[in-house]
Amino acid sequence: VTGSLTYLYAVVPAAVTAPQLPGVDAEAPRALVEGRLTAVVGSVAAQRFDEEGIAHDLEDLRRLEVLARAHHGVVAALAEDGPVAPVRLATIFRDDDGVRTLLRERAEELTTLLERLGTCREWGVKVWATGSPAPPEPAATPATTTNGSPGTAYLMRRRAEREAGSRQHAHGTALTDRLHAELSGIALAEHRLALQDASLSGRREEMLLNATYLVRREDEDAFRSTAGADGDEGIDVVCTGPWPPFSFSTVAGP
Amino acid sequence: VSAPARAARAGDELALVDLLDRLLAGGVVLTGEITISLADVDLIRVSLRALISSVQTLADARDAADA
Repeated sequence: VTGSLTYLYAVVPAAVTAPQLPGVDAEAPRALVEGRLTAVVGSVAAQRFDEEGIAHDLEDLRRLEVLARAHHGVVAALAEDGPVAPVRLATIFRDDDGVRTLLRERAEELTTLLERLGTCREWGVKVWATGSPAPPEPAATPATTTNGSPGTAYLMRRRAEREAGSRQHAHGTALTDRLHAELSGIALAEHRLALQDASLSGRREEMLLNATYLVRREDEDAFRSTAGADGDEGIDVVCTGPWPPFSFSTVAGP
Repeated sequence: VSAPARAARAGDELALVDLLDRLLAGGVVLTGEITISLADVDLIRVSLRALISSVQTLADARDAADA
């Protein structure tokens, strides 16, 4: 395989220019204007970005990371200038004509999507359970346990610990549900992501929420202060963003 | 002296997880005859394989650095 392929980063309104920073193949991204829309694309080496090449990149976390960061960099730069519809990672066309054809065929839904997203940005909120004490036990351990055998006492103690643990879990879940409801009330849309694996997140505590929200610019302060309100013992809240609206860029709607 | 470096590296790894949460599942899906045919399913499958096989590598690197 020789020559180049066309890598598509995002679709933006027609007047937008391509950002000045290296793309996924260290190329300079450029703008393809088609009607009222612009596709921001890059010419990438066919050898590295054909089916076999890109599959190789996606199967290696280090290579995937480089690809993901470059893709995100271009899209994030576009998001600073106005509405952007990010395209799924590794969307690659044989040539520019393929991109132009697609822009023409799907102009209406892409235009609608850009109007809906506007300048909204995506904010992530992750919640972990902490070791903070749950509300006190409702009742003391029955006195009868002192009459039991050491084995019974052990089992009773274990049960009390389990109950305390599940009370703490319920407490954390309730706080998380309340926070998610408050944030969803501020946001235009919300989306729950899969909970992160402890070995990837590097945190041993139980993850209670991994959600992402589409927020209007004028509501960002309210959103962030709600997410950052530090009054909740029992959960640890981490806010990430702003992100380009990756999680809300389905043409099917919110 | 090593504490800030550890924190910074942990931060990078967290960011990658959050980035992949969005990049592997988000974005407009535009496919057709004219695209390189990487079906959604394929993309998610190969990426998960990369994540799974790399988790242990990351964990080992972290443990080695912390030791």
